Amino acid sequence: MDAHASSPSRRRDDFVPRSLLLSADDVQRAVRRMAHEVVERVRETDCLVVLGLQTGGVAFAQALAASLWDITAQQVHQGTLDVSFYRDDVGQRPFIASAASQVPVDLDDRVVLLVDDVLFTGRTIRSALNALGDFGRPRAVQLAVMVDRGHRELPIRPDYVGKNLPTSLSEEIAATTEGVWIGSRGAS
Amino acid sequence: MIASIRGRNLLSLDELSDTAILEVLDTAELFVEVNQRTIKKVPALKGRVVASLFFEESTRTRLSFETAAKRLSADVLSLAVASSSVKKGESLRDTIATIDALGIDAVVMRHSSSGAAHQVGGYVPHVRVINAGDGLHQHPTQGLLDVFTVRQVLAERAHAKGSETGKELFAGLHVLIVGDIRHSRVARSDIAAYSALGAEVRLAAPGTLRPASLQDWPVSVADDFDDALQWADVVGVLRLQRERGTGSFVPSLAEFTQTFGLTTERARRLRPSTIVMHPGPMNRGVEIDSAVADSPAAVIERQVSNGVPIRMAALYLSVTGSAEEASS
Repeated sequence: MDAHASSPSRRRDDFVPRSLLLSADDVQRAVRRMAHEVVERVRETDCLVVLGLQTGGVAFAQALAASLWDITAQQVHQGTLDVSFYRDDVGQRPFIASAASQVPVDLDDRVVLLVDDVLFTGRTIRSALNALGDFGRPRAVQLAVMVDRGHRELPIRPDYVGKNLPTSLSEEIAATTEGVWIGSRGAS
Repeated sequence: MIASIRGRNLLSLDELSDTAILEVLDTAELFVEVNQRTIKKVPALKGRVVASLFFEESTRTRLSFETAAKRLSADVLSLAVASSSVKKGESLRDTIATIDALGIDAVVMRHSSSGAAHQVGGYVPHVRVINAGDGLHQHPTQGLLDVFTVRQVLAERAHAKGSETGKELFAGLHVLIVGDIRHSRVARSDIAAYSALGAEVRLAAPGTLRPASLQDWPVSVADDFDDALQWADVVGVLRLQRERGTGSFVPSLAEFTQTFGLTTERARRLRPSTIVMHPGPMNRGVEIDSAVADSPAAVIERQVSNGVPIRMAALYLSVTGSAEEASS
């Protein structure tokens, strides 16, 4: 076992892809569409802070921020948020060490756009909302996800969705900027 | 060898593998970020109770552990030994049983007897025990924060993130530990941590302050202190422990300073990149000169501030982890 055996990138080690649902181009198009929706809804993007959830959401947050820059010709604040220590299941599931949060500005009176790869039970987002409180009091918090796979356990809904994918609980989704796959966990 | 402290007691660095040590360092790096926020608190240990039992005096370790526990949102039970029933002759076993009856998840313990933390682990197997120093045996979190500080400094120089470098910055690193090795639990923990990560450890001490069983240690002994100073990438100065009677092991403090103190004069021989460390509290003018302790080469304050994230990581991993997941 190496030093990074518990890092999230290894979390999906046992993921066995069955089929490709969205290609890299599809993902890029979905990101651009979401960026347009964000601009339409937020209007003043200078108060926007795009925060990718460690670690799956980080690449999408970067892609989204890049698209926002294309559209508005304005650089938006960008950062990352790690919610490991805010989870309600600390000690009940394998420890997930990830990279530290990087919040570039005080969040007071900002519009925070949380970005994650897959929205599932909603518990990660709940943890993220708790974590945000420690960085300030945003004027509003919105949520963008690449894939909404359903099965919510909390009253949480996304504001921007790349793709709605109804799934069964036995299925797994892997979403990266390279594409979206459906599959299952390996036998290991 | 223990491959992870998740769900386990932290008693000695001798029993930890490099993987277990790196896991603590990488986790501590996340807590460094927490400690830089305006609101320096995460709810990771909310509702858990950490008892802090210091049977021996301490300022920084105790404050550091209690700060760490509070920043993880744990409740802290702090036993002031001087005003407790221990003074009426209550045994360690009974004191622990009493505290355990209040419902605790972890004990942070310092004791003047080597092996005391291990013993407590046997009394209360369902409680996680973190050794905060036991006699002349071990001071694991000090060893961890020392290697963490070294990795942090070296990683900054290499413009890298510590967690990305793993243990590579320690490969062949020359670490010189100077002073009262015999009475130092810090030295024992440091030696274990540095050698597990691949550094080369050399000791410099007068014969009377070297431990008896040195041949079993993964270290060499410096023939000449001044030569060793030029060899060293890291110099760890130890405190002369007068409360443990060290004074009678050296002819006089002045002579010790003359031969093994890191004086201003001697510090000039260090290479500019050499890191100077001291676990505190310092006897300024005895084992280290004030000017050296306050020089840019010294990272002593950084050691103190790194104590909090390291202890947060140790508490977090030990208390929230389960042993099964560590072995999976």
